[in-house]
Amino acid sequence: MAMGLKETVSNAYSPWMDDDAPETDVVISSRARLARSLAAFPFPQRLSPEKAEQVVHAVALAIREPAFSSRFDPELVRLAELAPVERWMLVEKHLISPGFVTAQHIGDQQKGLVLSADEQLSIMVNEEDHLRIQALFPGLQPAAAVRLADEADTILEKTLDFAFSERIGYVTACPTNVGTGLRVSVMLHLPALVLLERVKEILTTVTKLGLTVRGLFGEGTESAGHLFQLSNQVTLGPSEADIVSKLETITRQVIDQERTARNQLRTQMPAVVRDRISRAFGILRHAYVLGSDEVMRLLSDVRLGVGMGFLKGIRPRLLTELMVQTRATYLVKTSGRQLSPPERGVFRAALVRQAFKDIVIDD
Amino acid sequence: MLCERCKQRPASVHYTEVVNNRTTHMHLCEVCAWEAQKAFGMGTPLNLHSFLVGLMSPVIGAQESGKDAGTDRGLSCTTCGLAEEAFVKQGLLGCADCYRHFGERLEPLLRRIHGSTRHTGKVPQRSRQKYRLVQEVERLKAELSAAVEREEFERAAELRDEIKKLEQGLT
Repeated sequence: MAMGLKETVSNAYSPWMDDDAPETDVVISSRARLARSLAAFPFPQRLSPEKAEQVVHAVALAIREPAFSSRFDPELVRLAELAPVERWMLVEKHLISPGFVTAQHIGDQQKGLVLSADEQLSIMVNEEDHLRIQALFPGLQPAAAVRLADEADTILEKTLDFAFSERIGYVTACPTNVGTGLRVSVMLHLPALVLLERVKEILTTVTKLGLTVRGLFGEGTESAGHLFQLSNQVTLGPSEADIVSKLETITRQVIDQERTARNQLRTQMPAVVRDRISRAFGILRHAYVLGSDEVMRLLSDVRLGVGMGFLKGIRPRLLTELMVQTRATYLVKTSGRQLSPPERGVFRAALVRQAFKDIVIDD
Repeated sequence: MLCERCKQRPASVHYTEVVNNRTTHMHLCEVCAWEAQKAFGMGTPLNLHSFLVGLMSPVIGAQESGKDAGTDRGLSCTTCGLAEEAFVKQGLLGCADCYRHFGERLEPLLRRIHGSTRHTGKVPQRSRQKYRLVQEVERLKAELSAAVEREEFERAAELRDEIKKLEQGLT
């Protein structure tokens, strides 16, 4: 394994966590994903190990073409080359899907990951489809993400023969992805809408407009970190440009709603909000045991405080990184051994104390 | 996509419910779908059973004579061997050719999922010429039926010949 990937699986930071990007007070990241199939092979669910190996091989050749390699400086790794904890690190960093790690239909030797040097582009090989080309950007940049994935796709199609139907477009294993094969999503932090109990209503409206909403790190809309993912429902019919502009337009309205809600909190209950934010900061700064849901909730409160200007000197980027660092996977990875849940709580708190050590908030 | 409820089996039932203007989307596996049907079925005037079966077995469900095992009941893809039943169970197709083999019988499903059955987005370089040809044939066919409607039979004959010519180029 080359140095780049070693670094990727040990370091919690990834460029999509950066905060010098558009609308990072509400939008954490934007992602585009293209599903592509190779015309000559059955879909991964029905691939023999030999054919699955040929798929990995074909992709390996395609990324070595100068047009691709000079643009993306890619590295190909097979999941079999990674320790289980390293695979889950890639999941926590949103570079691969959890289903890719757990899928039984294909051996770990035939599950490939192509990663660009800057971690902005990743390609899962032999997931549900032969290729899942993914671009991941910080803040609200869905169009940039789509452009990058599209660029990679255009270079790859010179070498790889993607299955395409003149009527229904790119064909995929699941009929929910045919057409463009494009799924664009944004990760939003909506704590004020949750606090004011308006989030359900807004997200229901968003669903009616044709987007899918998912709460992250939790059940349904009760998302522990107040994080929500919006994505397009439909991949067949509208063009790529239509899909991304619709998502962006609706997302901007949700951003406005969240900002309005934050202003409302500021004017109508300043003491309650400040108290909540400062308590969250206090606990994170001083606690010796922290649970995984607890830390997500507190980091969300602190992020709200940063967004509202109550807490200065904390970069949103640090908070995103801590979301990954406080997951069990990262704790196991850094401690180098299995940890019992109580031990994790202690490790987690130590890590957060360390990160917040030099941060002072002034009143 | 995994079933939202059990998070273990693949979701094969994509279910949208609109109640009082509130839309709920569910992506469930067969087992959870049956349970959901039981839960929702009570006191709901809508016949959810036939609704869900229609969603679950889009291909088989498209057949009128669903009960008396028609002749193409056991249709399989001749390229990869995927049987209809297997698709209905898993919700995943076997290969790119499945879309051709099951062809128009998949269209109701695509319409339900996407509200459309025609791609309008990116076309790979190597498919562009054929794509344009197919588009042109479809356009001419629409024009042809319009001409027939207006009883412009001379024009219709011209169009028919043109379509024939283009379709020969396609095969």
